[in-house]
Amino acid sequence: MAALINVPAKARRGDVIEIRALTSHIMETGFRHTVDGVLVPRDIITSFTCRYNGAEVFRAELFPAIAANPYLSFFTVAKESGKFEFEWIGDNGYSSTASASITVE
Amino acid sequence: MPTTRRRFLSLAGGVTVAGTIPVVTLRPLEATPAMLTTAIRNVVGEAQLRTGRVKLDIPPLVENGNTVPMTVSVASPMTADDYVKSIHVFNEKNPQPNIGNFHLGPASGRAQVSTRIRLADSQKVVAIARLSDDTFWQVAADVVVTLAACTEEMN
Repeated sequence: MAALINVPAKARRGDVIEIRALTSHIMETGFRHTVDGVLVPRDIITSFTCRYNGAEVFRAELFPAIAANPYLSFFTVAKESGKFEFEWIGDNGYSSTASASITVE
Repeated sequence: MPTTRRRFLSLAGGVTVAGTIPVVTLRPLEATPAMLTTAIRNVVGEAQLRTGRVKLDIPPLVENGNTVPMTVSVASPMTADDYVKSIHVFNEKNPQPNIGNFHLGPASGRAQVSTRIRLADSQKVVAIARLSDDTFWQVAADVVVTLAACTEEMN
């Protein structure tokens, strides 16, 4: 699935940087009915994790009240050059990953 | 038999009544304020819940409840011994009281999280922060929603 990640390419050591992550997902609440009255089963992303060079810096548990195509923005301190890894886990065995690299001077 | 005015009106009335019945049958569930309290207690436990330190940025009036931008920030130095452990967001009237739990740490640098949420009705949104000394701080905001999310029919 397509994911949009926004991480600054470069930062100075000690800078607080903003990370934005958006992925495409229907986030079906499990509370909606079809016109025939049949309940549409829940299909959401339940967990999002961001790791910075292997260490977890941000984690979120999501519920049906998160809008479709979940968007998250959060902050971290730029410590060293390396890689951010993002992971989304959801209902029906859903799993997707993305990554972005940063140069810290 | 000629169609009299009385007969026509009684027929028309009958059609209207029949037409309204299916509309009443689908009443969405709502989280009650009691469910909100329970959900908050599940996170906070017996600890005292104080007001302040947390800021919740959410539009007071939204047209479309399907995607409401929201930012929670907490006044905290975010050092190794004084930081925000987690931020929890709840609502009052969606079918479920939880919105999201966000886990931070000293490496976050700034205690601020943004996302987009769904609101099924005009209601109160509550944000709670858990600090590293295990104190809990909260803030609430009222949001008026014109078009509700979650419960519309699927086409």
